[in-house]
Amino acid sequence: MTILTGGFTILILIPLVAIVWDVAREGIGQLGIQSFTELPPPPGLTEGGFGNAIIGTIYTLGIGAAFSVPLGILAAVYLSEFGRGTQLAYMVKFATNVLAGVPAILAGLFAYTVVVLTTGTFSAFAGGVALSVVMVPIVLRATEEGLLLVPQEMRQAAIGVGATKFQTISRIVIPAALPSIATAVTLSLARAGGEAAPLLFTALNNNFWSTDIWAPIATLPVLIYFYAIIPFKAQQQLAWTAALVLLAIILTVSISSRLLTRRKFQ
Amino acid sequence: MSAVTGDQPRQKWRELEKQNNLVNTLDRVFYWLVILGAVAISAVLLWIGVQIAISALPAIRTFGLQFLVTTTWDPVRNIYGALPQIYGTIVTSIIALVIAIPVGVGVAVFLSEDFIPNSIRTPIALAIELIAAIPSVVVGLWGIFVFIPFIRPFYDFLHNNFGWIPLFSTAPRGNSLLTLGIVLAVMISPTIIAISRGSLIALPRDLRQGALALGATRWETILRVLIPAAFSGIVGSIMLALGRAMGETMAAAMLVGNSNQITTSLLAPGATIASIIAAQFGEAGRDQVAALLYSGLILMILTLIVNILAEIIIQKFQNIE
Repeated sequence: MTILTGGFTILILIPLVAIVWDVAREGIGQLGIQSFTELPPPPGLTEGGFGNAIIGTIYTLGIGAAFSVPLGILAAVYLSEFGRGTQLAYMVKFATNVLAGVPAILAGLFAYTVVVLTTGTFSAFAGGVALSVVMVPIVLRATEEGLLLVPQEMRQAAIGVGATKFQTISRIVIPAALPSIATAVTLSLARAGGEAAPLLFTALNNNFWSTDIWAPIATLPVLIYFYAIIPFKAQQQLAWTAALVLLAIILTVSISSRLLTRRKFQ
Repeated sequence: MSAVTGDQPRQKWRELEKQNNLVNTLDRVFYWLVILGAVAISAVLLWIGVQIAISALPAIRTFGLQFLVTTTWDPVRNIYGALPQIYGTIVTSIIALVIAIPVGVGVAVFLSEDFIPNSIRTPIALAIELIAAIPSVVVGLWGIFVFIPFIRPFYDFLHNNFGWIPLFSTAPRGNSLLTLGIVLAVMISPTIIAISRGSLIALPRDLRQGALALGATRWETILRVLIPAAFSGIVGSIMLALGRAMGETMAAAMLVGNSNQITTSLLAPGATIASIIAAQFGEAGRDQVAALLYSGLILMILTLIVNILAEIIIQKFQNIE
């Protein structure tokens, strides 16, 4: 049994190593400054990059964060500072956990029916709305954890010198929890940055430079998807390079945030 | 000195009162703002469900519950039935669970006991959790160009030697229900491992010591005492993993083959609800969009049931603790 479970452990590590290794091997050849500054090549040509998709990813993530970060932090403050043990807090936690389990593609359908059908066009804004649904449970849960780590004595000291709840929270609790809140936001950006499903029919795609939030926009994950399933070698190559960049960013963020939170708990 | 009781102190008092009122108002506004945020989060979940249901209404009116049991998917004649996708979703999820449950629980046990020193165990646990952080579109890309070529000879072997079993009856193409099932197993294992391990670690030490004191071996302790004690946590983790497997989209769209048919063979291409939405939504006409939204609604209901059950099971476990 020991050997069997040990074998399982090695078995499950193989795909991780294989994916990272293969993406690095396939992607590194084409990686260069042009990857970040140029447009994807038209079919038949080989040079080019995915600069437009990087801009688009930043745009959609920015819009997603603009919705999800304030909302997530407010709800987290409610859970940790006001609502401990209340019925509403229980309901909010339950809803958050269920929301975290809602498939990302449904966030895309939601943003499609709410934004795309209303405005009549696929857009970076619609993509941002879809991503915000993916991000909000992550922001909330990680922020709440950070707020709960702030020692109770700090709150009592603030109240003791006559501070109101608002003053205590805004001047003492939130500044003390700021590093964990920053981690929460970064983590949610990393998660949402890799999502293609919610963007397929909200931000759609765009083969050119675009900075218009009311127009379709390219993003890294969607670019990887489209270029992986078309039969052009150059585009497939570009998909690997884009995957390398995306994977490097996401793994770096995930590893460093895990290490940071781990140290804090000890 | 009584002459000084004029306006000055009174004015000061009024000022302080005004300031105090401002502070109190701010406090109250903040309180309601925070409540609003909390309620809004729950409302979003409801809003998503209602919005998708309303948008799917045209298709619900046309096809009714027949949609769930018919197999035609014909955009030309505008007749839609979702049975092949529902079938594909269920079959790939089952394959994924059949692989991921023993592996996941086994690894969780291995990493929660002291088989290997802590300094190796923690990095391994971290590495496994990182699999969950890999974007599914990257997993899909890897699946197309690395995993399928790698697994093809094995499929050929299965088909050539066991082709008489209906499960392996079609000539393998690579993109298939089985391919997606295996890749899904890799993607959902970290969920099972992380939560099962958490609930195993949370068990009181006395439980293990008691069993060992009664003369049980290490594995008897694990199988007869620890796993039953952590059972609800493990079941909860499996439900969460099932929810992830059913909703996984990009890897599904890239690896399952997107063929809307029902075959008994696991080596044949198929479709899942999520994969068909991803593959067809972009080019769909109005009626087809409604049909796809109807599929989305079914997916939403399925994953909601699974996730809510998982939530309840896991919370029940935490209460016992």
